[in-house]
Parts: sequence; structure tokens; C-alpha cells
Amino acid sequence: MLKVRVIPSLLWKGVGLVKGIGFDSSRRVGSVLPAVKVYNSRDVDELVLVDITATSEARHPDDASVSEFAEHCFVPLAVGGGVRELSDIVRLLRAGADKVVVNTAAYELPELVSQAARKFGAQCIVASVDVRTMNGGYTCMSHCGTRDSGRCPVSWARELEARGVGEILLTSIDRDGTMMGYDLALIESVTKAVNIPVIASGGAGSYQHMVDAVQLAGASAVAAASLFHFTEQTPAGAKVAMRAAGIPVRSSLPSALPS
Amino acid sequence: MTVAIVDYGMGNLASVRRAIEGLGGRVEIAKHPQELATADRVVLPGVGAFGEASARLRESGWADALKDEILLGTKPLLGICLGMQLLAVEGEEDGVHPGLGLVAGRVCRIDKLGCRLRVPHVGWNAVSHRDDDPLFESIPTLMDFYFVHSYAFQVDDRDAEVATVTYGTVLAAAVHKGRVFGTQFHPEKSSRAGRQVLENFLAYPSC
Repeated sequence: MLKVRVIPSLLWKGVGLVKGIGFDSSRRVGSVLPAVKVYNSRDVDELVLVDITATSEARHPDDASVSEFAEHCFVPLAVGGGVRELSDIVRLLRAGADKVVVNTAAYELPELVSQAARKFGAQCIVASVDVRTMNGGYTCMSHCGTRDSGRCPVSWARELEARGVGEILLTSIDRDGTMMGYDLALIESVTKAVNIPVIASGGAGSYQHMVDAVQLAGASAVAAASLFHFTEQTPAGAKVAMRAAGIPVRSSLPSALPS
Repeated sequence: MTVAIVDYGMGNLASVRRAIEGLGGRVEIAKHPQELATADRVVLPGVGAFGEASARLRESGWADALKDEILLGTKPLLGICLGMQLLAVEGEEDGVHPGLGLVAGRVCRIDKLGCRLRVPHVGWNAVSHRDDDPLFESIPTLMDFYFVHSYAFQVDDRDAEVATVTYGTVLAAAVHKGRVFGTQFHPEKSSRAGRQVLENFLAYPSC
């Protein structure tokens, strides 16, 4: 039986890792490479690494740095930020990413997603969807949460699925960094609308939040950043709690991993 | 022990290379079939779509070279993920395309094989394997391995299907026929159990 994944997410800005609330990336929380090494040594299910300023700085993904991080990463790795062309995806995959995360480009260049899925296979392409509540409803935001795309999450998720995306990384901007729980209504509306895996993101503050995202909202995986950066809680602890709640999760075996 | 990793322009070679080097193997990234000559083992990785992979293998001469190696040579071959699927006779992704035909069967979308769950199959899932297969030596059954695929190999040669995984329906997780091995999961991303699979492949004797 397929296990539910617990996925630490790392937000990469310039030379370091950041985290904030509501996408304000206000705090530095260290450097990327040490974080990758730590999560690798803890044998996490998967890791997401997003370069959050690549799009606003009109930069292509820094595949050289990704290559360096990937040298130390033996767990499945999804990388995003600034992906705008097929060549960006090729370079990230060659650098060591197992999956590539696309956000802004999907709104501006919808054909990119279809072409990428055809060329690399749906399973390589993760669409990151950032959502804010606005005027009583949900709106998808591009450019690291700064621009209103005019799309609503359910119809956008369906369109992404139709274009061939493999998974959706669904983030609530409002809940991001608050540690007050995922936006279950948002997650459920999307998991019910599509038949591709949805990764819940934004707001995890406790293991119970993760259990709820899976059991109440249908998420296939749960991502978290603040929870792991700022509290004593860990991916392994999350899985113990999820197992106790009856959710199938992988045991992380202690092992001597290459570093 | 030199392992040639076939570079046909599709895939994440870096992870496979690092995993094999971590086990003490020497790796050569082989762009051209001639480079097989100095290798003891061959790995065919693959990330992407069957149709494109099939075309690239044929156009580059790799398809013939790999078939010749298995027919006439001595080196064991391991196909990973799309690489395992390419061992089939044909694949249905985006039209029907020929595979290497090294293991009987065809590659179909997993919903066509009876899976009613979310597609792609992404994440860690338990692999049930035959007791005596060398690829799974020292690995307890029902260990989790990492899968990420929308298509699977429907193996016709029952003896060649040495491991399965359940995702809505039973899917082939690994094949083994003679010197040809394949894993649908990514051993280089599957933690300790995955590394053991790679180690077992490296330990399999050439003929």
C-alpha cells in the first residue's frame, strides 16, 4: 500500500534558507547545504527545495548549486523556482532533481507544462499552486504570492491535470508560517477535483494538522517548513503520530548513509 | 568493477552515479555504445516518456548495442524506472513504440491495468518479492521503495516478474531474466533497501 509522505520544504533565497509568514520570507534560517545534509541523514521521504527569488529576479534556476546540493541528497528531491523553459527542466533533472516544480510559468506559458509532461513524463512535473483568500473566495497567486493570476484553485488544478502535471503542491499563503493548521477546506476542494496526488502545504503547526490534512482533506502528502525549522517536531515524529492515527507511513530505518 | 550508465539524454544520471560510486563501483557515463567495451555492468536509467526514450535509443544505436550485448555478451544489465519499461516489447505512452524486447510484455498506463487510485503512483510502497531472486538478496519482503510512474510493465513472461507492488492493482516492481534486470522503483532513491538492490546487482556474476 502506498505510504503518505512527510516532506520538509526548503525555501532558498540568495545564499541561504528563509522562512516567514504569509510568504514574507522574513527570517534567515541557515544555509541550504547543511539543511539538505541533515534531512538526508534523517532519511526523509522526500525533500522540496524552491528558489523563491528566481522568478522575480528573472533568473533561470541555478542548476550548478542544485548539483552541489544533490551531491548530498540521496532522498527524492523536487526542485523549483524560476523554471520558464524546457531547458531549465532538462538542466535541473541532469543536476540531480528527481522532479521539477513549476509555478508562475504555468500561468504565463501554459504550453510549457504540456510540453514538459510529454517530454519528461507527468511524474517529473509538480505544479506549485499558491492560494490566497480574497473577497470571500480563493485566488491563485503567481510570482511568489505577489500577483493575482485571476484563477481559482479548483479550476486551475483541473486545467493543470488536463495539461499533464503529475502532482500539485498546494500552499495556503494565508496559513503559511502561522503554524495554525493547513487550510483543510482548500485542500479538500482540490483533492476532490483532481485524480492526481496533492501535497498539502502552508500552516502545519502540529502532527495533528498533518493527520487532518490526510484524513479529513484527502492529501497524499504533507509538506512543512516552519514546523521543522522552529519547533522540536520532526518528520520522524510526524510519522509516528500518523501511524498511530492509522495512516500508512514509511518507517525510516536508522542507517549509515553516505554523506 | 566499472558500471556504464547509458546516457541517451533522458534522466537523472547523477543520482544513480552517486549511489553506485557510494558502493565502491567505478562509473562511466556512456554516451556512445562503443563505451560499453570497458564496462563490467550496464545501467539503463530513465526519466521521461516511453516514446521519446524509444526513439532516442534507436536513433543513437543504443537499442541495437544493448540487444547485442544481451544476446552475445556477458554483462548484466539493470533498467531503472523507464529503463525497466524499455526492456519490454512495446510501450503505449503517446502512441505505440517499440522497446528493447528483452522481456516479454508491454507497457501500459496503470489505470488501464486496473488501478483506480491517483495517477501517477508517487511515493514509497511495499515491494513483495520472490524469495530466491538475487536482486533481493538480504532484503526482507514488503520493504518500501520509492516509485514515481504513470505507466507499468505488464509482464507476459511470469518467470521474469520477480517482484510486485500493490497500488490499486498488482503492478510489476522488478523483472529478472538471465542477465537482464529491471526495477520500476528507483533503487538510488530508496534508502538502505535500494542500496542493497544496487549492491546485489553489482555482485551478480557476469557470464
